[in-house]
Amino acid sequence: MNPDLVLQNWQLFASGVWMTLQLTFLSLLIGFLIALPFGIMRARRVKYISPLINGYVYLFRGTPLLVQLYLIYYGFSQFEAVRESILWPILREAWWCALITFALNSGAYATEIIRGAISTTPKGETEAATALGMSPFQVTSLVLVPSALRRALPQYGNEVVFMLHGSAVASIITIQDILGAGRTLNAKFYVAYEGFITAALLYMAITFCLVGIFRQLEKRFLKHLDLKR
Amino acid sequence: MKKTLCAAAMTFATLAGAASAADLKICVEGAYPPFSETATDGSVVGFDIDIANALCADMGKSCEMLKTDWDGIIPALLERKCDAIIASMSITEERKQVIDFSGKYYNTPGRFVGKDGMSEDDLSGKTVGVQRGTIHQAFMEGEFPDVELKLYGSQDEVYLDLVAGRIDASMADSIAQLDGFLNTEAGDGFGFFGGSYSIPKYHGDGAGIGVRKADTELRDAFSTSISNIRTSGEYETINSKYFAFDIYGG
Amino acid sequence: MADLISYMPLLMRGMVTTILLAILGLALATVFGGLGAAGKLSGGRIAKRVVWLYTSIVRGIPDIVMLLLLYFGGQRLINDIGGMLGWDYVELSKFLSGVLTIGFIYGAYLTETFRGAYLTIPRGQVEAAQALGLRPFTTLIKVSIPQLVRFALPGYANVWQVLVKSTAVVSIIGLQDLVGLANDAGKTVRQPFVFFSFVLLAYLCITFVSTTLFDWLERRTALKTHES
Repeated sequence: MNPDLVLQNWQLFASGVWMTLQLTFLSLLIGFLIALPFGIMRARRVKYISPLINGYVYLFRGTPLLVQLYLIYYGFSQFEAVRESILWPILREAWWCALITFALNSGAYATEIIRGAISTTPKGETEAATALGMSPFQVTSLVLVPSALRRALPQYGNEVVFMLHGSAVASIITIQDILGAGRTLNAKFYVAYEGFITAALLYMAITFCLVGIFRQLEKRFLKHLDLKR
Repeated sequence: MKKTLCAAAMTFATLAGAASAADLKICVEGAYPPFSETATDGSVVGFDIDIANALCADMGKSCEMLKTDWDGIIPALLERKCDAIIASMSITEERKQVIDFSGKYYNTPGRFVGKDGMSEDDLSGKTVGVQRGTIHQAFMEGEFPDVELKLYGSQDEVYLDLVAGRIDASMADSIAQLDGFLNTEAGDGFGFFGGSYSIPKYHGDGAGIGVRKADTELRDAFSTSISNIRTSGEYETINSKYFAFDIYGG
Repeated sequence: MADLISYMPLLMRGMVTTILLAILGLALATVFGGLGAAGKLSGGRIAKRVVWLYTSIVRGIPDIVMLLLLYFGGQRLINDIGGMLGWDYVELSKFLSGVLTIGFIYGAYLTETFRGAYLTIPRGQVEAAQALGLRPFTTLIKVSIPQLVRFALPGYANVWQVLVKSTAVVSIIGLQDLVGLANDAGKTVRQPFVFFSFVLLAYLCITFVSTTLFDWLERRTALKTHES
């Protein structure tokens, strides 16, 4: 192990960390925007739409993220029609392919989390809101969703870490994220672990920060559920 | 329960102890046509492999080909996963600090490949794909600093993205690109452009066989065998199976 | 499509490798998980620390990074130890690296599953067994473990589903599993879409079959209640 090698190339890793954070959080954000309406519709069992959402969720949760990424990056570009479509300027970039794959993946997992949280909301909460004269839209947006999201927090925290770790496969399609930086270091200096160990430590540090943040959030938003005696 | 445990233990033992009976294990790559590519049945074939087999036969040793990703090929040698690298690896000063090389077994220059009609003057600001950790990466970083570089794990992936239009050009070995890409169906509409580069600082002294520094005997044995198959005509037979001219170089 | 069919025997071999990798990985994870849970539940301070360290490391590092570290770093470790003990070269194969990585990672998750399940067993039952004069070991085998299976099964099934998907990353060290072979073949014949679609379907099949199997197991081991 040669720590100097890592220190001399710290910029490689700094830009890697930035890339990883960027991909992870944008994917989570887009994924969440997909999951919120989908989760509500699934919990409500909306006709015709629910089965479609089920299919999407099943496909993305039932298969490896790596294969999804391969399919979107290498698979789609096989077709002339895709390469000549207006989507090509986006699908041409490895970064966008990774973002699209990760966002769809995170969306599927978050849909399931939100659906679960909504369907376990006590009937009394929404009944009380209706009794107070709220419209169905108000009940959903002011009572049902905020209450469900709070209770979904611990599971969503797991999903955030899952996405951070999942994003490491981006290095396979030429993206210089944390693992990409590690692999480049290894390839350039013909070493076997310096890059990987550094990458592992960086991922660990970020994971523990995220876990800490979610613990604080849970303390704040789940205070009312604290059953500690 | 006991039976299952026993079975599991035995499976592990066989897997762990699956040391090969071959005298030498050779690391090859498998994604660098026509030098090294993966056949339908999963085996690796190509110029590098034929040369490897000829050298082993000449040395009177049995060899086993071990498919290894380019990224991990030098670590694999250092960690004794294999005893030699025969993977079109150029002999460079940088690599010589880590491993040792036999004499070259071929030497061909590097060239750009892009859409027909491209020229080197168009390159500035464009994207060029190279295989990560190759002489071509070092060359591009040194000589074309204003070109955006994209690093790939294998040369096959560079071709895929060149056809897809994700990169504007590829920089790699000329012969590899000619037979591995330009002469295939996918290479329609693409061609060489710019100069033929063979700058010792970047490109080294041709492709050699990599061995661990301690294995000087093995290194010399490979060097001897290379000249043996050159004189016996074996090299020429293999060469003409893949290429129209002698790629050994001057 | 014709290409896919001509590569089918190879892909099927890859699928066998993937399934074998997953099953052996799960077996190893079960061992690690059992040890981890035992350490956490009844071990001393040091055992508890070790288990804590183990689960923290696993939670912090992506599977793909862990795999690369183990494949390259693990070999160095074996070489160094082997050198000291005067062994011959012992190869850490790609398949074995995959099994070890998967077992190591998911063992940490199973530690939690098993611990949680053990804590669900009502205390009174163990006390009752003791009162009846059963020895601690007999109590474990006849009372605790059968119920542990029942309570741990849903969590175990979840870990398995995640574990199966994790096998895909082992292809990046060059293992000829389903993903690795489809990747090579898809690039060779320049039809990655067809080959990766096939891989997606294959994984969906594995997921579907194992969900059905675990559901059946859960029903079989479930407590008989008045509702059922």
